[in-house]
Amino acid sequence: MAVKKLPIAKAINESLRRALDTDPKVLVMGEDVGKLGGVFRVTDGLQKDFGEDRVIDTPLAESGIVGTAIGLALRGYRPVVEIQFDGFVFPAYDQIVTQLAKMHARALGKVKVPVVIRIPYGGGIGAVEHHSESPESLFAHVAGLKVVTPSNSSDAYWMLQQAIQSDDPVIYFEPKRRYWDKGEVNTDAIPDPLHKAHTVREGTDATLVAYGPMVKTCLEAAAAAAEEGKSLEVVDLRTISPLDFDTVQASVEKTGRLIVVHEAPTFFGSGAEIAARITERCFYHLEAPVLRVGGFHAPYPPARVEEDYLPGLDRVLDAVDRSLAY
Amino acid sequence: MTVESTAARTPRRASSGGKRASASAKKTASPGKGAAKGKGAAQGGEPELVQLLTPEGERVENSEYDRYVADLTPEDLRVLYRDMVLTRRFDAEAVTLQRQGELGLWPSLLGQEAAQVGSGRATRADDYVFPTYREHGVAWCKGVDPTLLLGMFRGVNNGGWDPNTNGFQLYTIVIGSQTLHATGYAMGVAKDGADSAVVAYFGDGATSQGDVAEAFTFSAVYNAPVVFFCQNNQWAISEPTEKQSRVPLYQRAQGYGFPGVRVDGNDVIACLAVTKWALERARGGEGPALIEAFTYRMGAHTTSDDPTRYRRDEEREAWEAKDPILRLRTYLEAQGHADEGFFAELEAESETLGKRVRDVVRTMPDPEPMSIFENIYADGHALVDEERAQFAAYQASFADAPVNAATGGEVK
Ligand SMILES: Cc1ncc(C[n+]2csc(CCOP(=O)(O)OP(=O)(O)O)c2C)c(N)n1
Repeated sequence: MAVKKLPIAKAINESLRRALDTDPKVLVMGEDVGKLGGVFRVTDGLQKDFGEDRVIDTPLAESGIVGTAIGLALRGYRPVVEIQFDGFVFPAYDQIVTQLAKMHARALGKVKVPVVIRIPYGGGIGAVEHHSESPESLFAHVAGLKVVTPSNSSDAYWMLQQAIQSDDPVIYFEPKRRYWDKGEVNTDAIPDPLHKAHTVREGTDATLVAYGPMVKTCLEAAAAAAEEGKSLEVVDLRTISPLDFDTVQASVEKTGRLIVVHEAPTFFGSGAEIAARITERCFYHLEAPVLRVGGFHAPYPPARVEEDYLPGLDRVLDAVDRSLAY
Repeated sequence: MTVESTAARTPRRASSGGKRASASAKKTASPGKGAAKGKGAAQGGEPELVQLLTPEGERVENSEYDRYVADLTPEDLRVLYRDMVLTRRFDAEAVTLQRQGELGLWPSLLGQEAAQVGSGRATRADDYVFPTYREHGVAWCKGVDPTLLLGMFRGVNNGGWDPNTNGFQLYTIVIGSQTLHATGYAMGVAKDGADSAVVAYFGDGATSQGDVAEAFTFSAVYNAPVVFFCQNNQWAISEPTEKQSRVPLYQRAQGYGFPGVRVDGNDVIACLAVTKWALERARGGEGPALIEAFTYRMGAHTTSDDPTRYRRDEEREAWEAKDPILRLRTYLEAQGHADEGFFAELEAESETLGKRVRDVVRTMPDPEPMSIFENIYADGHALVDEERAQFAAYQASFADAPVNAATGGEVK
């Protein structure tokens, strides 16, 4: 069994390497992904080993990158595209929403566009504007796209394998502030299906649902709550579209309380969707309204106040207290 | 004085755009047309560029552009020199402050002083500038207090100045967006019948963005008084210009129907002349022009970049020989336009500027947490009010942070 301890960024790198190795149709494309190895070095060394035809430094044009990836996919390739930062996906948003997401349906299912779009997202790294946003619900709202986000190295590795193998377009959000967190990756494992949520901590008093960067925060909150005698269950969603409501439902039926945590603004966000569906499914099990902890209806603030904007341990525990007070 | 000061100018023309000829009605000879002679030079060669001051500091004649700098006085030249020296000093100070952890990030302009000061000084006070994020030297020429530029890189704001005070728009991080804003603004200038012009700055990498192509299209179609000033510093992070274009960038303009010129971006006099040419055309109703300032970014892309991964030291060394500041100094000295006293005084002024920058940055206050909710809507918004109040109550729940829950302000 090949088990390695890898930081998330390196797990993604190894996953890309494996995909390039096993399938000659896989391409890696993006700004600075070649010689530089990407601004986060996630694609480090790939161009050296697979050449400029497979690991492609593209012109600085996101619409161009995604649009040509669509064309390559129509021709039978499997492009894995890197967008440098969350805020720079918007020049490509038109291509993603109006074209990539809808090709399969428009062609009556006759064509496939297996494009993966990797986007480092989220805050907490002290960056300037447009480098810290969480636009996942803007993509989840669009039918035809799958939206996934790993929270640890093993998922980073395996979910990317699965995203590349998927015949659908997948938006693969990478929690950039967790890039350097290490975890075990078993490269021989048989992973869970891509769209299955994981219960990452068992508990009985309330359920915390999170994904991507907030999973770690919720695990820390659960550990802190345990010291106060509260037992919190933590569910890592892993995928936002489709969303594994069954796993969330099972947990809520057990604990009776649900708090959804994400960095994106709560207004019209994924937490709102989860709250609505779980209220429908679990109305008689709920001891308290579903609560949300997330960003405000405000532009992502300058770095020196981002810790006030981002949900941290205290805000999660505050919500837990409010939930338990019902 | 030829070098435009940032003082207020005489009123604009009040007529409603009648002076602006349509793009097709007026055929302007492009002084840059000769540049197209640089055949086959797309791959790394240097097609003919406008140069008025050689790297050795010698003034060369140019029949087309000399007239734009013919009345430059020794004092004007010293102003240009001073601008470049102080801009470089400011930039160096910012790099150091980043290294000391006082700034989160800094995009250095080292090597691009001439492109920025030459073009910046060509503008009038009523010309409007749309920068990207590296135009510290242009900001300086427009009279923006340089310390204002540091706020967003320290992480205390996302902009930090009123763009209308000096006609210098906020820094734009998303590549290329501002070229369309500049074009729209210029369309407005034309509609108003004003006789000012607009300058849009961007890099060589940005020319690949759709927005920039669209800005070229709109500006040409509407004959907008906008000058596109591309600083080709040879690199877009790790990618050389060849990864963006197979033709010299200034030649792009031709396909859109306006002139393009390549200028020696390390020659402040040539940058001044060529930008003046383009601004005068624009003001005279002749529409947009593209200037490609051929220059070099001497430092890293930003302080978080590692250029050793993608470029060789020899390249930088070759460009060091073309340093924009040194060559003007050689010229000033050879002409007897500046004496030891001038350079000594400037050195002292540099020191003072450096100290002021350090002091201002180190004492820049962090924003109040409640500032997150400020200025989101001009009209106000019920949801923002609600979240502000909730957040204030939450903050107040911590014993050490008394906050007035009603106003969200700190309890005094
Ligand atoms: C739309 C967009 N994509 C990617 C980036 C990330 N990025 C920041 S600067 C840069 C390179 C810009 O190169 P160039 O236009 O030549 O300007 P320079 O920085 O060299 O002055 C990139 C890719 C961005 N800011 N915006």
